[in-house]
Amino acid sequence: MTVVKDQRMDDLRDQFPVGMRVLAVDDDATYLMVLETLLRRCQYHVTGTKNAITALKLLRENKNKFDLVISDVHMPDMDGFKLLELVGLEMDLPVIMLSANDDPKMVMKGITHGACDYLLKPVRIEELQNIWQHVVRRKYDLKERNKTSSQDKPNGDCCNGRGSSATGNSDQNGKHSRKRKDQEEDDDEEHENDLDNEDQSTQKKPRVVWSVDLHRKFVSAVNQLGIDKAVPKKILDLMNDEKLTRENVASHLQKYRLYLKRISRVANQQANMVAALGTADSSYLRMGSLSGVGHMPTLTGPQQFHNNAFRSFVPGGMIGRLNTNVGLNMHGLSSETLQLGHAPNLNNSMNDPIKFQSAIACGNQNGILAMPLSIGFDQLQHNKGVGFSPIQDMSSLTEAKQTFAMSNNGLLLKPDRENRQESGVYNNLTSVASQHSQFSLPLLDHGRCSDIWSTPVHSSGTNSYPPSEALPGANLSGASSITSLSNQSHDSLTDIHPQGLTFTNNSGLSHFPFQGWEDHNHDRSYHSNVIGNSVDSLIDPEGHTSMKSTFNRNLDFNFCDPLKHDGIVGLSEENSLKQQQGYIMNQHKSQSSHTVNNLGSLEEFVSSVMQQQQLDKVKLLDGTYLCDNNYPAGTSM
Amino acid sequence: MGVEEGVYKAKTGLPLWMLGLGADLLWADMNRLLGFLFHQGVLDEQFLQLQQLQDDTSPNFVSEVVNIYFHESEKLLRNLRALLMEREFSDYKKMGSHLNQFMGSSSSIGAKRVRNVCVAFRAATEHNNRAGCLRALEMLEHEYCYLKNKLHELFQIEQQRALAAGVRYPAPVQN
Repeated sequence: MTVVKDQRMDDLRDQFPVGMRVLAVDDDATYLMVLETLLRRCQYHVTGTKNAITALKLLRENKNKFDLVISDVHMPDMDGFKLLELVGLEMDLPVIMLSANDDPKMVMKGITHGACDYLLKPVRIEELQNIWQHVVRRKYDLKERNKTSSQDKPNGDCCNGRGSSATGNSDQNGKHSRKRKDQEEDDDEEHENDLDNEDQSTQKKPRVVWSVDLHRKFVSAVNQLGIDKAVPKKILDLMNDEKLTRENVASHLQKYRLYLKRISRVANQQANMVAALGTADSSYLRMGSLSGVGHMPTLTGPQQFHNNAFRSFVPGGMIGRLNTNVGLNMHGLSSETLQLGHAPNLNNSMNDPIKFQSAIACGNQNGILAMPLSIGFDQLQHNKGVGFSPIQDMSSLTEAKQTFAMSNNGLLLKPDRENRQESGVYNNLTSVASQHSQFSLPLLDHGRCSDIWSTPVHSSGTNSYPPSEALPGANLSGASSITSLSNQSHDSLTDIHPQGLTFTNNSGLSHFPFQGWEDHNHDRSYHSNVIGNSVDSLIDPEGHTSMKSTFNRNLDFNFCDPLKHDGIVGLSEENSLKQQQGYIMNQHKSQSSHTVNNLGSLEEFVSSVMQQQQLDKVKLLDGTYLCDNNYPAGTSM
Repeated sequence: MGVEEGVYKAKTGLPLWMLGLGADLLWADMNRLLGFLFHQGVLDEQFLQLQQLQDDTSPNFVSEVVNIYFHESEKLLRNLRALLMEREFSDYKKMGSHLNQFMGSSSSIGAKRVRNVCVAFRAATEHNNRAGCLRALEMLEHEYCYLKNKLHELFQIEQQRALAAGVRYPAPVQN
């Protein structure tokens, strides 16, 4: 049966765009159903999922299973932009963003994160009928790159002739280069070239998996050459990998550059924020809870929220704090503090929390804030990546930043290696957080970074992380504390990974709270439905006010549920944040991009934080990039 | 005619007037209701798109989608109310994200008025206006209930119409 089905699928694919395989991701069940039906009406082959993590799993299972991804921007378990980035980096698939919000800043964010298109809900069927163009365009661009880049081809003249345009082509959008190329093709009698290209474009190119090692090699090659001088050909030579082609390297380099740009922008913004705000505060608690919830209250009103949040979202709070701390610290300290040289030390000291402590000059005001970087590092070793939900609420970061800014050894917890989940984390973080050298920590382990970054690529089974194996259930709360701590870079990544493992390994686990919540609500909704209906029959349409009151009465429900939900969200947010951090860490090699690198992982945080905050204080350095001021792009629910 | 109708009545249990001619009347009722809702702005053309998506391969598409919408919306409304009822409520962002989802799903079925209230609600959350949020929530619940009733009514008519239409072309009667 499977054979027949595959055959049919292949036939469908040949009739492209009919049968194009689309993965639709949206947490809104109503819309997902509408979207799936619309896509099927366009004769695409649709797979829909409510969960971004499930979507990533599906994509990773089989790299060639889908042609296109459509995803909502606001999702509870993972930020749509984060998913977008991961898909673009790992699978190089075109991704279309969907949103009910037409804020141009969000659209801009989609573009900078690499989306092919940004559609507004509700999407009309006409719009969907043209989405296949994105798949074709990508193939076309690849073909372009192949043509212009190949110098190994026997048609040296034509290649050289196009040499000047080649580098331009690889870095630009395909349009212009394609045009020029077509003209050149017409002019030159490069029939062989044409044939080769046609073969390449018609046959299915196996997708290159950018594994941890591969990416590590890539980054080291880039850093060796210097980020400005790195060209795909040289990188390819340095990497010395047979399976890679110049085009793969070129496209990867393009993405890498985009990342760096974004990081530097984020870093600048953070620097501004740090400069502007700068007093220590117990906002970290606020932060934590906020991040856990994924929401960012305004700066002005942290106190009350703090209490609530802290009570209900302790793990989230931790997370929030971590993120903010890491981000802030990194940012607060100038780039000089980041020393690549420290990296090797850090690497060695990964397992030794004490080293971290010594590295820390100033303590942290908030003991809790001091997230154990060391722990993060340890975890880095075991890190595996599951592409986790992006950190959504970075607002806490800004606040945390304040706390960090004040170097203060408030809490120095004893390093407790054994107890990763609580004490160890605290110990290390406290010291690390405030220290300048801390910054170098995140930078440290290149390998780790790459591990973290490319963690999504690896299956969770490859790395062993004891905590995660031990306690899937407990991990949720423990992880949150860990995650919060490890914000600093690797730490966060490693922390997340165990959690990530937990999540992935126990898919039910991450979903469990939701299910419980939903079931609970389901009963209630049924109840209210019954009431509503009975009232309905009694009252005519004009009298729905009375029905409304009845309806309201039945709406009492377990307040804790959303909190639970949020806790999970917070965790997943942490995870995704960490992942990003890991990625950033990998890039940090070049001194010039020190701060950028450190903050790279935090860029998500920062952007969401920026959004959350009343950004009046912070001026955007880079005018071309919009800061999401009011609308919390990062938050998803 | 009398004998036939008598037989049908026994089979379907529908009152006589609903058979045959009744189907047309029901169709008219349905269209009238739909027109009324459009005129009032309760629904917009997206609802029509949904209806167009319904065909033989997905015969109950509209009612399925709408039921999912009701289910999700009631959850969201409960969450919103619970959030606002908190003594120390300040999580406007969370409300904003709930609203965002509500907006998305409402616009996907063409619930225009509900969606517009969500927009106003969201503006209140952006200004951290708790009183405004409460007012908006009341209005939202109101609009939602109204929409729900009307849609139930619509589906009822649709069901009856389908039954009545089916009656016109029944399977051969067995003697």
